[in-house]
Amino acid sequence: MANDVRDWLEERTGLPSALQHFLDEDIPASAGWPQVLGSVALFAFLIQAATGVLLALNYGPTPTEAHASIRYIMTELTAGPMIRGLHHWGSSCMIVVVALHMMQVFIWGAYKKPREATWMAGCALLLMTLAFGLTGYLLPWDNKAYWGTTVTTQIVGLAPGLGPYLKRLLGAEGDTIGTLTFARFYTSHVIVLPIATLLLIGLHLYLVRWHGVTPAPSDAGKPTKKFYPEQMFKDSVATFVYVMVLVLFANFAKLGLGSMADPTDTRYIPRPEWYFLFLFETLKLFQGPLEVLGAVVLPNLGIVALFLVPFLDRGRAIRVRQRTVAIAVTAFAVIGWAGLTERAVATTPPSMEDPDAGLRPPQAWRELPPEQLAAIGYFQRDNCSRCHVLERSAAGPDLAKDPSTKPVDWLIAHFSKPTPDSPDSKLTGAQKKSLVTLVTKRDDRALDAWENPPTAAIAGAMLYEARGCGFCHFLNGSGAKMAPVLNGLAARRTRKWIAEHFADPPKLSPGSQMPAYKFNQQDLDAITNYLMAIPK
Amino acid sequence: MLQDHSKHPTRRSFYAAFIHLLGAAAAAAIAIPAAVYLLLKPKSPGAGAMVEIANLADLEPGVPREVVYYRTRVDGWKATKEKTTTWVVKNGPQSAVAFSPQCPHLGCIYHWEDEQGTFKCPCHASAFGLDGRVLAGPAPRPLDRYDSRVEGGKLLIGLQVKRS
Repeated sequence: MANDVRDWLEERTGLPSALQHFLDEDIPASAGWPQVLGSVALFAFLIQAATGVLLALNYGPTPTEAHASIRYIMTELTAGPMIRGLHHWGSSCMIVVVALHMMQVFIWGAYKKPREATWMAGCALLLMTLAFGLTGYLLPWDNKAYWGTTVTTQIVGLAPGLGPYLKRLLGAEGDTIGTLTFARFYTSHVIVLPIATLLLIGLHLYLVRWHGVTPAPSDAGKPTKKFYPEQMFKDSVATFVYVMVLVLFANFAKLGLGSMADPTDTRYIPRPEWYFLFLFETLKLFQGPLEVLGAVVLPNLGIVALFLVPFLDRGRAIRVRQRTVAIAVTAFAVIGWAGLTERAVATTPPSMEDPDAGLRPPQAWRELPPEQLAAIGYFQRDNCSRCHVLERSAAGPDLAKDPSTKPVDWLIAHFSKPTPDSPDSKLTGAQKKSLVTLVTKRDDRALDAWENPPTAAIAGAMLYEARGCGFCHFLNGSGAKMAPVLNGLAARRTRKWIAEHFADPPKLSPGSQMPAYKFNQQDLDAITNYLMAIPK
Repeated sequence: MLQDHSKHPTRRSFYAAFIHLLGAAAAAAIAIPAAVYLLLKPKSPGAGAMVEIANLADLEPGVPREVVYYRTRVDGWKATKEKTTTWVVKNGPQSAVAFSPQCPHLGCIYHWEDEQGTFKCPCHASAFGLDGRVLAGPAPRPLDRYDSRVEGGKLLIGLQVKRS
């Protein structure tokens, strides 16, 4: 039966004998474990492709949708964090495998004549792998992605003469990145790079088969062996180990999602992915007019040198143990890389941002005018929820269902004395007006905050209203503009500055008309936290 | 080389078995999470959530009421709050039906004719009874109903429309 199927397939397609031909490849007697890395790199790429397609099935590829869709993958989909973990850690693992593969080929001298083209196709594949990492970094569209890519495009812009054109090509004209950058990075990541990589892999594999696996000098005169089964078994073991390591990473390594990219957040300290940290550190060694040297010239010279390795080293093939220069160059490169990376890690201040900030639903209250947020506080403080339960009818109507259509006079009177038996309310006229706005004109954002009240921020907003900050300051579309707009305060001032400023405004802002405000510690924290949470 | 094949038949089959085993294990490690990811429902109930739209005590038996309410439509990672309507008819002390506001003929919005005691579609003059039954016109089936249930005297309806 199995033979019948095989014969049928053989006659119609020739695939069985093609497979046999593939498995019966002659390889040198010395081939063994060091030669498994190429296969692992190939499977690493295939896993990236498969997990990438899976992610794309639940991904909105625009700056407005991307972040929310990643949050959906991470919080709503079973195994979503696993799939994203496989793809995320897979990119790092793949770079490690590709680098090891390259080091092996380099140390063994397998790039020598006639295999120069194989080596150069491999170098191109290394660049593809790094380009995948660079373009994929932007796609979660969180602060890390945004600021990291901003720096990348700035570096590209340093290229002598070509800089402005290259930046335009990346969609990053001016100093900011945006919709165009996103579209171009996404298109590169899912269309251009995969096609180019597949073509290069095809060329690379063809050349490997064309020349055969590089024999060692000791193989001279020895009979060759077949790829199947022994070498294929070793390749399978190595690939299996790779997959297991990757699964462990995806399962246990922490992978968060930062807040959605905020171009006005000047506190964010961007850092590239770990495999680019050495370039980042190199950049620091060159300053002023020399910057272009570290940012553009040296890395490109390095790439050119890598491609030209087979032409720089034209010596005869010798035993791997005698290739002391190659081993020394590799060791020097690894130590240099590790040293630069260590320096970069050591000089990176701990991130201020919560790595999981983006996994929580967006906080609509950050966009509400302060009097609206404070009104939610009055609603809570005066026990309005005794009769009005949101999303449910109780003794009073469900205020979440429809905005109230009662006349303003009726509402004001109702707030003063909700029922004939109620005690008189202590709400001021302004507070009652804020409540009128809340119950008659609230939008989805206000309703969201009303249903999931951010207690600390509400306390801050109530203080903001009680102290009349809005008589001079402007915040979230409300107030006067006699004094500075308070949106985005966190980007401009520290907590210490704000505390000192409350105590004695003219001391820090000469000529300021603002009176001093004495808060107890609890109130000072509440109003400072509130103000620092409001985005620009 | 052909001798090799016959010389080590057991070693060869050992390698072959392990290659298959390792390949299958590695494929499963990726394929199982992939299947879970693609085939299981998202965690939040989303579209299944029922919305409370009316207090049964406030409804008069046999008098249809058009109820305007908000519902959240969950579409992937997007949740949109939308305003929509339904015709509610109380048909027992503890039961009521909620009709979809569109005529089952071609989707026009019908209304209640108090004098005739029928729901009337202005497009092609279909008419329906209080129970949604077709009384006249081209409508192919009775009025569609929302999933609904009564809980603590309140009528709750879902997003799904059931064909009668």
